[in-house]
Amino acid sequence: MFRARGKVALRHGWTFWRRSIQARVVVTTVLLTVLAVGVVGWFLLQQTRQGLLEHRVSVVVAEASSEVQDARTRLGAASGIDVDASGQRRDLVEPIIQRGLTRGFEVLLAGPVTGAGDGRIANGGAEFSPSLDIRSVPVRLEEHFARPSAATAWTYTSIRNRTSSGAETSVPGVVVGSQVQLPADGQTYTLYFLFPLEDEQDTLHLVVRAMLAAAALLILLIAAVAWLVARQVVTPIRMARRVAERLAAGQLQERLRVTGEDDLARLALSFNQMASALQTQIRQLEDLSRVQRRFTSDVSHELRTPLTTVRMASDVLHDARGDFDPGTARAAELLQSELDRFEGLLVDLLEISRFDAGAAVLETDDVNLVDVAHREAEAARPLAEQRGVRLVVVAPRHPCLAEADVRRVERIVRNLVANAIDHAAESEQIQVYVDGDDHSAAIAVRDHGVGLAPGEAAMVFNRFWRADPARARSTGGTGLGLSISLEDTHLHGGWLQAWGRPGEGAQFRLTLPRRVGAPLRRSPIPLVPADADPAELARPVVSSPAPADAPGQQADQPRDHAAGGPGDGAAGQPGDTGDSR
Amino acid sequence: MNTESLSAKGRVLVVDDDASLAEMLSIVLRQEGFESALVHRGDDALEAFREYKPDVVLLDLMLPGLDGIAVCKQIRQESGVPIVMLTAKGDTVDVVVGLESGADDYVVKPFKPKELVARIRARVRRFDAPESETLAIGDLTIDVAGHQVTRGTTPINLTPLEFDLLVCLARRPHQVFSREVLLEQVWGYRHAADTRLVNVHVQRLRSKVEHDPESPEIVVTVRGVGYKAGPQ
Repeated sequence: MFRARGKVALRHGWTFWRRSIQARVVVTTVLLTVLAVGVVGWFLLQQTRQGLLEHRVSVVVAEASSEVQDARTRLGAASGIDVDASGQRRDLVEPIIQRGLTRGFEVLLAGPVTGAGDGRIANGGAEFSPSLDIRSVPVRLEEHFARPSAATAWTYTSIRNRTSSGAETSVPGVVVGSQVQLPADGQTYTLYFLFPLEDEQDTLHLVVRAMLAAAALLILLIAAVAWLVARQVVTPIRMARRVAERLAAGQLQERLRVTGEDDLARLALSFNQMASALQTQIRQLEDLSRVQRRFTSDVSHELRTPLTTVRMASDVLHDARGDFDPGTARAAELLQSELDRFEGLLVDLLEISRFDAGAAVLETDDVNLVDVAHREAEAARPLAEQRGVRLVVVAPRHPCLAEADVRRVERIVRNLVANAIDHAAESEQIQVYVDGDDHSAAIAVRDHGVGLAPGEAAMVFNRFWRADPARARSTGGTGLGLSISLEDTHLHGGWLQAWGRPGEGAQFRLTLPRRVGAPLRRSPIPLVPADADPAELARPVVSSPAPADAPGQQADQPRDHAAGGPGDGAAGQPGDTGDSR
Repeated sequence: MNTESLSAKGRVLVVDDDASLAEMLSIVLRQEGFESALVHRGDDALEAFREYKPDVVLLDLMLPGLDGIAVCKQIRQESGVPIVMLTAKGDTVDVVVGLESGADDYVVKPFKPKELVARIRARVRRFDAPESETLAIGDLTIDVAGHQVTRGTTPINLTPLEFDLLVCLARRPHQVFSREVLLEQVWGYRHAADTRLVNVHVQRLRSKVEHDPESPEIVVTVRGVGYKAGPQ
């Protein structure tokens, strides 16, 4: 449990670290300060230590020398006939020891030194201050004095004392050694003076403590300073971020407060200018869109009424054409048919401009595509029969539901079926496939007519594009049918795709998500029909205007015809598995 | 043409501010055997209606003086005469508002004259076979021949279309009618017309006959299918 909590805390910490510039600045500053202070402090300490020690060493060496000098003088003053070496030794050392007790040093007399390796302290026979541990004199120094007439030398050591209660103390110190000659036996003895460095140690400790305290205080202050400085810089940045967020959310009137003339103030100024420019631009675009929408609706209203009147007049003339002479009668017929075209074109144009202005509204309901397919097939039956084409609906028993605007879906299917009838040859069959699953529903209209050339599958959704401009449009198409169908599809967030092979016919497939706004990943009907030439199945000619992002948006959808590579059709829809049915 | 059926066809009041359109309409209607009178201003409409006593009213929405919706409400207060809206806007909001204020149907300009005439005929035609039939639905009693709906002793005022809708549902109490079927049986439209007509009219009916229009018991919705008469 603690590990989990630890992990959570770690993650929180890491997130906070990533998000806070201030924290990073402060921590970095503190770390660097610690490093700098550490380096400087260490250097300072070394210098202090060195200075202290050097001073002390020179003092103690001088004192030792004066003692030795004094000892030598006393020895020189001793009578030459005294042969009691040990007594003389004692006489020599005792006063020094006494002085040492008061002056704070200890003494050890070792010897005799002959150069033959005897006279070592360890061998015993040395005279020394009370409680001194003879191991205090380092062996190296002893070795220096292993031969007579060695020069005065000193070294650092640990002065150990054993008190009467048996406790051992150890203090760093300096041991200075010097040789004297005893007149009693003419031998050379080494006098060791042991000076403790306790005071220096204490001083150093004091210095260290003071420096640590100072360092801590310094680091804290620097951290505080860093925090304050960082805050000075970060606060305006944070404010800018908040204002930017609000701008992005659509509140275009937000601005930064500009105080002063420094860089930050200039940044704020530029930011405000940018925001103003954006606001103006967006307002202009909104106005433009509104104007266009109103224009569309005004045009729509204005055009419709006279068109209705003309239509009615044409109808009257058309009905009465039996009473006219052949020329006039024919004129009446042409008038009627062209009016049909004109009306169709007008309606389509108005529809398209409504899409362009972003004024298209989606009214959704649960729609069963099977019903739609049957209805539209039924409605198109007269025309199909006229052309000698059979319409067959192939649908499953279960309902294929999708949340959609039924009028738009009907319009799309009507358009696809009309196109199919138009392109099919006589005595051919047109199949309308319907299928659906939990995530989507699809209708595909398959004809076996002229088909599509490579690359045309992408262009077919373009406005006013015709495969063969010379072809007669018997179904009264305007050239906008597929474009409108595509826009309708995009409103739903669906796919409208075409497949075709020259001479093999074409299949147009509409796929709608089960719920408006749900992402489409695959379609229940494969785009390449099952009855296509198997050799062609390997490289389908497929086009797919890109799926829209969130549907129901009234903004214009980007229309990206993933149009063809060299010679071949465009790539398929991402995720279109074309799986078996 | 059969002159008897001509004279039986009826009188149409055309309320539209566009003179050419109105004149053209009257020509077309005359050819189909209807008589017509033209009104160009909304504020003249009610007066003309009272004077002319038409069998059906063609009402444009955009009128000078009083607008079409207000005229519709005015006429509805006095009579259940069939009203067909003519409008250049096919958007749902406008259509629904028009239907809710009392229109029986709407036609979007530009329309095919034949279609308009067919709709007018459908509205004017009455199944005047005096079937002395009494139906019950919910706590209502329907006298079919007398075109009367009563709750207890209080009569409820319904337009002919609303009446026909109620009768259609009440005649087969356990049957669910889809919107397409209702359009065919009540409105008389053979081919697919706008199912919004049914939705709005059901709502209008409910607001008149239901105790609580929000939780309907007399005209019940069957999700995904249509409507049916509620339990007795």
